[in-house]
Amino acid sequence: MSTSIAHTSAPASHHYTTLGLDSRKVAIWAFIGSECMLFVSLISTYLIYKGRSVVGPFPHETWTDPATGHVLKPILNIPVTSASTFVLLMSSLFMVLALAAVQNKEKPKRTRGERVLGNSKLWLWMTAIAGTTFLGFQAFEFTSFVHEGLTIRTNLFGSSFFTLTGFHGAHVTAGVLWLVTLLAIDYRRGLGSRDSLLVDIAALYWHFVDVIWIVIFTLVYLIK
Amino acid sequence: MASTAYPAPAHAPAYSAEQSGLWSWLTTVDHKRIGILYLYTALSFFVIGGMEAMIIRAQLGAPNQHLVSAEFYNQLFTMHGTTMIFLAIMPLSAVFFNFLIPLQIGARDVAFPRLNAFSYWVYLFGGIFITVPILFAVAPNGGWFGYAPLTIRQYSPGHNIDFWVIGLQILGISSLAAAFNFLTTIINLRAPGMTLMRMPMFTWMAFIVQILLVLAFPVITIALVFLLFDRFFGTNFYNTVSAGADPLLWQHLFWIFGHPEVYILVLPAFGLVSEVLPTYSKKPLFGYPVMVYSGILIAVLGFGVWAHHMFAVGMGPIADTFFGLSTMLIAIPTGVKIFNWIATMAQGAIRYTTAMLFGISLVALFTIGGISGIMHSSPPADLQQTDTYFIVAHFHYVLFGGSIMGIFAGIYHYFPKIQGRLMDERLGKWHFWLTFIAMNLTFFPMHFSGMLGMPRRIYTYDSGQGWDLFNAMSTAGAMIFPFATLIFIYNFFKSRKSGEISGANPWGAGTLEWTIPSPPPEYNFAKIPTVTTRYPLWEGKEADHESARVNSQEGKTPAQLGIVMPYNTIKPLFVAAGLVIMFCGLISSRAFIGIGAVIMIFSLYSWLLSPLEPEHH
Amino acid sequence: MDTHASATNLPDSAEGGAHAPHGEVEHVHPTWSTYWKVALILTLITVAEVWAYYIPSFVAGRGFVPTLLILSALKFTIVVMFYMHLKYDHRLFRVLFTGPLLVASLTLLGLMFLFGHLYFKVM
Repeated sequence: MSTSIAHTSAPASHHYTTLGLDSRKVAIWAFIGSECMLFVSLISTYLIYKGRSVVGPFPHETWTDPATGHVLKPILNIPVTSASTFVLLMSSLFMVLALAAVQNKEKPKRTRGERVLGNSKLWLWMTAIAGTTFLGFQAFEFTSFVHEGLTIRTNLFGSSFFTLTGFHGAHVTAGVLWLVTLLAIDYRRGLGSRDSLLVDIAALYWHFVDVIWIVIFTLVYLIK
Repeated sequence: MASTAYPAPAHAPAYSAEQSGLWSWLTTVDHKRIGILYLYTALSFFVIGGMEAMIIRAQLGAPNQHLVSAEFYNQLFTMHGTTMIFLAIMPLSAVFFNFLIPLQIGARDVAFPRLNAFSYWVYLFGGIFITVPILFAVAPNGGWFGYAPLTIRQYSPGHNIDFWVIGLQILGISSLAAAFNFLTTIINLRAPGMTLMRMPMFTWMAFIVQILLVLAFPVITIALVFLLFDRFFGTNFYNTVSAGADPLLWQHLFWIFGHPEVYILVLPAFGLVSEVLPTYSKKPLFGYPVMVYSGILIAVLGFGVWAHHMFAVGMGPIADTFFGLSTMLIAIPTGVKIFNWIATMAQGAIRYTTAMLFGISLVALFTIGGISGIMHSSPPADLQQTDTYFIVAHFHYVLFGGSIMGIFAGIYHYFPKIQGRLMDERLGKWHFWLTFIAMNLTFFPMHFSGMLGMPRRIYTYDSGQGWDLFNAMSTAGAMIFPFATLIFIYNFFKSRKSGEISGANPWGAGTLEWTIPSPPPEYNFAKIPTVTTRYPLWEGKEADHESARVNSQEGKTPAQLGIVMPYNTIKPLFVAAGLVIMFCGLISSRAFIGIGAVIMIFSLYSWLLSPLEPEHH
Repeated sequence: MDTHASATNLPDSAEGGAHAPHGEVEHVHPTWSTYWKVALILTLITVAEVWAYYIPSFVAGRGFVPTLLILSALKFTIVVMFYMHLKYDHRLFRVLFTGPLLVASLTLLGLMFLFGHLYFKVM
């Protein structure tokens, strides 16, 4: 069925389009538009409930549990999250290079540098690994929060925080699966310039997920 | 005006042999067939929602009745609203999005035919999921708007609300997928020469609706996620009891969706009427650009009025003023449309077909609904009106008098195009007049009982409050609906079988869908037309007429024309089934989540990695 | 047999390249040089943000929140314009993105106001 995969990636050039654009690209941008509203709803709720939790732990303040007398430190870990943010940011660079590699697949590579830059599998791997590393950081963060007494049920902060970052993490996970699928195709039959659109759509999704994290990092972690 | 009549063929064109039978329907990716699937399903749910209304009216016909318990009454009005909005009106609009958009823009299908099929199957399965519970008296019972904290586990412990939350979540997926599809189709698949300002008005309104869907549905998705998480995982989003949650969070999120939703419900009907009135007045739509801009303005403003549903919660003077003002403002573009429709008819050569009667009735009845609407826009006045039958009167005038009448206009107008035969006009007029009388008799008195203080959502009431007569009138009016509907159903099926053959353009209309045979061939257009005007059949140049001549010919197969058709495929149905099974797992055995996920992912990969259509060069 | 019937799905009048339907509109691709510079700028902005977070006097001041909002808006815009190459693509995509972004932002602001998180002096 190798021709079938070849066909889905071929540009819809046999069919007339009004703007000369691929419909799938139009659709992914429409999808991204809807995701703006999705995440704004989650972010708004987080911000609405900021400072209104009845019990701790809290993101940026200490809290003394009146029942036990335990003092709980502010639970957000800025250094660790800054590191994971950096990793996700770099993953966007890798993604962009992966797309460029696919677009330029057929061009001759003369220097070592060009060959490295043109290695689509390398950059797809790097993106996927960076994404997975980010998810690893998230998993670490979530488990340590639970250890420190913050679960999704604890208070308004816990509910809104875990739901917001959880949804984001789920989107990253879907993105990693998408990247792995692209890698599988690259190994199976190779990704060439005619597959640009396929990789471009994945890239747009990936960058958008990164961009959402930029907003979350600022509004949740940095602003008190 | 050039001749638009083509001689009607001796028999209605039939589907080819491979395209008949149950399997062909289960695997179809043809937008026309999917439109027909939506039609039957949506009309069925319309009848179900109507029956729920009948029981409500029977119960309220006289004071102190106990035909149904208070608890069951809650299920009835919840399901009546939920069914009519999500399972009847929106899908009835989808009938026309599906059937009509490609035909009106000169395309062979939508941008993503398999995604289109997926949307339908998700709707069907989701509709069944949310409807079956009432047969076991565990239907959703928190109102169609499911206000939290009433709907959190603590105050609604049974499964009722679970069905509602999950059902709506499923239906939202259907609508969103369809919105991406139609949005892309309208943007990217218009025939050469069809600029945005040459598109038929229905397609314009549909375009605006898709944008509203894309922006509004994610918000209710999150509101529902919060409720789902609260009910199933113990989160605190609506936990006003112990966690300090805000009782208004649900209301705001819901209505940020809910208000654009009502424009989603009415704009398609507006679009249909904008096709019907010009056709039967033999005049182009008056003020086309203004109709476009007012539609856009309604959509934009529609995102800024939502809290007018919350004037009684105590938001403060600034919020009340802002939303009161924005609500008054939105009446302007809406009113402009009414005037444009009237101007379209003025000095036209009017033919009072059934479609035209329904179309004209929308103009009148929606205006009445709009007048009560503008009365609600003042926060102090609304304090009296809110939560009374005055509101019930308002929204039934705009939703029944507006959406439903407009949809019926569309059905009568487009039935010939879909089926190749005309509906019976005499039966149609009976249907119209009975419906018109029933509608007004049922809902007009509610203005009065509402003004006299009759609250919404009460299962019975005491005599002596001044409400008895009005309720009796409403119930009497409601009793007429079954007869009207039966006449319509009879007409529908009879005409399908033995109605007069219609030919390509029985009404002498002007837009592209009327240039092709009725019913259209699978490929729609033998040759993609080039468009030079808004009404190619009325104002077109020679190229338009030549296109029309070529495209009106019948009997050609795709192979003969060198047109490649997409494969039929069962995969969208399986993905839809897998998805719904996953959701079912939340209520029943958790194993279903895994089973559903496997079916869904496997079918999805299979779908994505297989081609839409055969190779061609 | 109508000889006008097209052999493909293309309309008769598709003047060849006018609507060159070949998937991607030809545009200028940014180069590796642009990409790593963008990555560097993004990194620097992030460093600046985190650095600012650890200056208590700045955090306590009125400029902290606006500064962070502006910096992250800058990162947002850069990623969207360059990595998602909205700068280089067909104008339609800019419309498709800015519309929802605008509606989303206004909704956020509206909710912030309605829940008492946004204060501004009236009169």
